[in-house]
Amino acid sequence: MTMEKTVNIMVVDDEEIVRESLTSWLEEDGYHVECAEGGKKALERLPERNWDLMLVDLKMPGMDGIQLMDEVHKTSPDMLVIIMTAFATVDTAVKAMKKGAYDYFVKPFNPDDISLTIRKIVDHRKLVQENQFLRKELKKQYKLRDMISKNEKMLEIFDLARTVARSNSTVLIQGESGTGKELLARAIHDESPRTNAPFISVSCASLTESLLESELFGHEKGAFTGAAALKRGKLELAQDGTLFLDEIGDISLKLQMDLLRVLEQREFRRVGGSDLIAIGSRILAATNRDLKKAIAEGRFRPDLYYRLNVISIQIPPLRERREDIPLLVEHFIEKFNIEMGKEIRGVSEGAMRIMVDNEWPGNARELRNVVERAMVVAKGNLITEADVSLSSSGPGANPGAKSLEEIEKEHIRLVLNENHWNIVRSAHTLGIDRVTLYNKIKKYGLKREGVAPKE
Amino acid sequence: MILQWLRKEVADTFLATVREMPPMSVPPASFEAGRNQHSSTKILKELLGEVPKDALKLLGITGMDLCIPILTYVFGEAQLGGTAAVVSTARLRQEFYGGAPDRPLFLERVRKESLHELGHTFGLIHCRSGECVMHLSNTVVDVDAKGRNFCTYCRTVAASNAGGGSGK
Repeated sequence: MTMEKTVNIMVVDDEEIVRESLTSWLEEDGYHVECAEGGKKALERLPERNWDLMLVDLKMPGMDGIQLMDEVHKTSPDMLVIIMTAFATVDTAVKAMKKGAYDYFVKPFNPDDISLTIRKIVDHRKLVQENQFLRKELKKQYKLRDMISKNEKMLEIFDLARTVARSNSTVLIQGESGTGKELLARAIHDESPRTNAPFISVSCASLTESLLESELFGHEKGAFTGAAALKRGKLELAQDGTLFLDEIGDISLKLQMDLLRVLEQREFRRVGGSDLIAIGSRILAATNRDLKKAIAEGRFRPDLYYRLNVISIQIPPLRERREDIPLLVEHFIEKFNIEMGKEIRGVSEGAMRIMVDNEWPGNARELRNVVERAMVVAKGNLITEADVSLSSSGPGANPGAKSLEEIEKEHIRLVLNENHWNIVRSAHTLGIDRVTLYNKIKKYGLKREGVAPKE
Repeated sequence: MILQWLRKEVADTFLATVREMPPMSVPPASFEAGRNQHSSTKILKELLGEVPKDALKLLGITGMDLCIPILTYVFGEAQLGGTAAVVSTARLRQEFYGGAPDRPLFLERVRKESLHELGHTFGLIHCRSGECVMHLSNTVVDVDAKGRNFCTYCRTVAASNAGGGSGK
């Protein structure tokens, strides 16, 4: 005999004898049943567990059954509700069904009807759960370690990453910030034979030239003022593992030369040292800058570029793979459910639409932050539109704007850009009519900014 | 007459001593005037006050038609994992459905429903097996179709629950 998941049923009725007898009868059928004496109590109990079904009395003082169902469906749109009533009026029956009740029972009802209806619901839910399980199984194929995607370009990248993981080639990972360059670097490391050796990450943009130099190469005792002891650099610490140079596009020309020499000779000296130390690690680099442009402007050495760019991986921004947004949202929800000890089951249709339509300048990282925040503020087990806050790129982000007019101008410009200068949509977002928007565009002399041509 | 026969059947099934109590009257408060039926939940509550100190379970048998507020009728009701159970013989007779009296069939139904309700007091829920007396039966057709004894699984669970003496 296989153990089945307990079916949770909530009975809502203001009459104690009804609650008691229905509970007892349903418990004999093996269901987990809990009661609430009214709509308010029922809503309070809603987050307590994953209810499979609610049996709700139509006529109750205060909130009636249909009002309660409406409230429940706001946070749990797929909750199955059966309305029970002692008054058989076709009008209310039709109303209940139209409002989304799963079924409608007139008290007293035939025991066989309720048995069959609940059995049907349980079987249906089992199928839904099976379906979800199979979908999850399928999703595993879209994964590379902590990365997840069903975008064709991304899947090619995953394949490429698995292949290059076995080699020692240098890989240059390019992509906007937040696209997951470091995650991909880690994945390459984890998939490689070096997986048990260290993965050392250096963010090149956050350090001054001399600090970065000592960070990378280490220094001998007394190499410079303040070098009180010998320090091993990241190149040494990486041992036979992987050294990941993040934001490589930000390093100075001098360091570029040093690094080029290291990559070519696969050995280096500590700052102030004379001994040559061999490099055993594999080097991965990443940048969100356009290195070809930097080369053209003389800010990046072409020889270093070619040395790093043995294998090149360009991660597309999230807005170019919107099909991944629902998948990523689900992935983050699962992750944060575990971290936060929550039981968020998903995202309402409206909330998902907002997220799929967003431009995500901060890419998957920004999406992750938005989901995390939404999960903190979500009241039920569903993320709704109200929980999704996309204010990160709002006018408040611009510290330059001071006067109301400046802020208005900046905000209008932002909304227009977000909507690709679609006047109707922008006006709708701003809550003004088209004529007013046109007047404001004229007043502030706003112009459509040229879209940078793609390479 | 029925009780004497039922006492032996229950004793043989549960391997327990079964005693017959003096007849009780159905509590007037349990009568649902609008429905001309009796509330099984209210009878059950009354029965609970009558459980002798040395008794593990108490089964009430009544000829009255039973119901609960949301169901048109019930064959019986029990406290799941508790002490008391009640069974109505009203709808177990062929006469109720306009048929000719059939005593052996009637006795067989009383036996099945009595074991079924007592099973609930031992913490058993409805069994998926159609061979088991704990299979859900909302109609006499269901009662006649299901098996007359507990399946191995239910018997084991009931025995372990009896040992633990679970009650709610």
